[in-house]
Amino acid sequence: MSTVTMGASGVRVGSLDPMTPECLTVARRRRETGDVVTLDLLSPRPAAHRPGQFNMLYHFGVGEVPVSVSGDLAVTERVVHTIRAVGAVSRALSELKRGDTVGIRGPFGTSWPVDEARGADVLIVAGGIGLAPLRPVIYHLLRNRSAYGRIALAYGSRSPEDLLYRRELDRWRRTPDFQVRVTVDRAQSDWPGDVGVVTALLPKLRLDPAETVAMVCGPEIMIRFTTLALEQGGVARERIFLSMERSMKCAIGLCGHCQLGPHFVCRDGAVFRLDAVRELLELREI
Amino acid sequence: MKRIEALLREHPFIEGLEGEVIALIAGCARNAVFQAEEYLFKQGESADRFFLIRQGTVALEIFRPGRGAFTFLTLKNGEFLGSTWLLPPYQWAYDARAVEVTRAIAFDARCMREKCEADHHVGYEMMKRFLPPLIDRLNTARLQSADVYGDDGR
Repeated sequence: MSTVTMGASGVRVGSLDPMTPECLTVARRRRETGDVVTLDLLSPRPAAHRPGQFNMLYHFGVGEVPVSVSGDLAVTERVVHTIRAVGAVSRALSELKRGDTVGIRGPFGTSWPVDEARGADVLIVAGGIGLAPLRPVIYHLLRNRSAYGRIALAYGSRSPEDLLYRRELDRWRRTPDFQVRVTVDRAQSDWPGDVGVVTALLPKLRLDPAETVAMVCGPEIMIRFTTLALEQGGVARERIFLSMERSMKCAIGLCGHCQLGPHFVCRDGAVFRLDAVRELLELREI
Repeated sequence: MKRIEALLREHPFIEGLEGEVIALIAGCARNAVFQAEEYLFKQGESADRFFLIRQGTVALEIFRPGRGAFTFLTLKNGEFLGSTWLLPPYQWAYDARAVEVTRAIAFDARCMREKCEADHHVGYEMMKRFLPPLIDRLNTARLQSADVYGDDGR
């Protein structure tokens, strides 16, 4: 398996100066859950993102945050971001309406290894809002279905009400040759699905561990126990990829806000191969 | 119809158990089928059985007065259900509801306790099979209570 692709190349959505945001217009806003919205932004030129990359979104007068692309990257006239309102900036962004403008810099960062995974089984493990950065991978796999072996999604969430993209989840469940398993941490008794942690889904998926490339995104604690379970299940460390989250500010590896040991997450990540960060996941000091 | 011993041998819980022990504990077991929405047991009732799920889904629930029940775990094919039969006061601490038609092997708890007491090898084999999933469920409960999806988002 080759290393993670650096993905900052390609046609920029924002200004040619990576520190200067360009204004994009909100074309559509969809509410996903109580605190999550998806914004479709009109791109002034065909956008060229790779799955897993992020843009810096600027709500003028409030601030800037990194947000992964979450749409179908084959659709180049729009840039899609799914945003959870967790702080002042993301809350302001999530309240934007159709016709509002947002500043954007990007794309930045590394990408999920969709090319390197060709011919292999692909397992996507997402937790909570972590499904958003992985949704472009799902679109890519389904569009190029014959290029991959077995594909599977294991998705964990806090409750049924917190599940993202519910209509798409239903559609993916009905898609032949795509194993989709969803679990929640707790539910009312009318929830017909699984309740438990996301790793409990892994043994139920039909995949060849030796031939599987796994892509994991979610809260860091979930990444830690998921990667452990994957390794115990026989997936090699070199075939496990994860997305790390740190406080990214400049997004070009200068300011150091997102330092993770020897890495700057904005430049060397956010997608890492597990062997590059395995030891760092256990360190409490960083 | 398969004999209970044959059904037992197909269940992952029994994997690696000697034939004589399987034959011995089969005397405490019987086949059981639960319809969707049927309760296998309810909180506070006597824990006089435990189950090996052969096929189906069981939701474990805690009832909250005025707010209804919430599910904290679902169990499926190949898993066991019920551990409070092992220790006094032998009382269920939650409800177990079949989400769909569920087939299981039900064990008489008193019968099993007596056999484990009479032959500690049988008891030790049972302990080796109950403990790992119990620890796994304890870890699961820890993670669920940590609310890992609660305030981590991008």
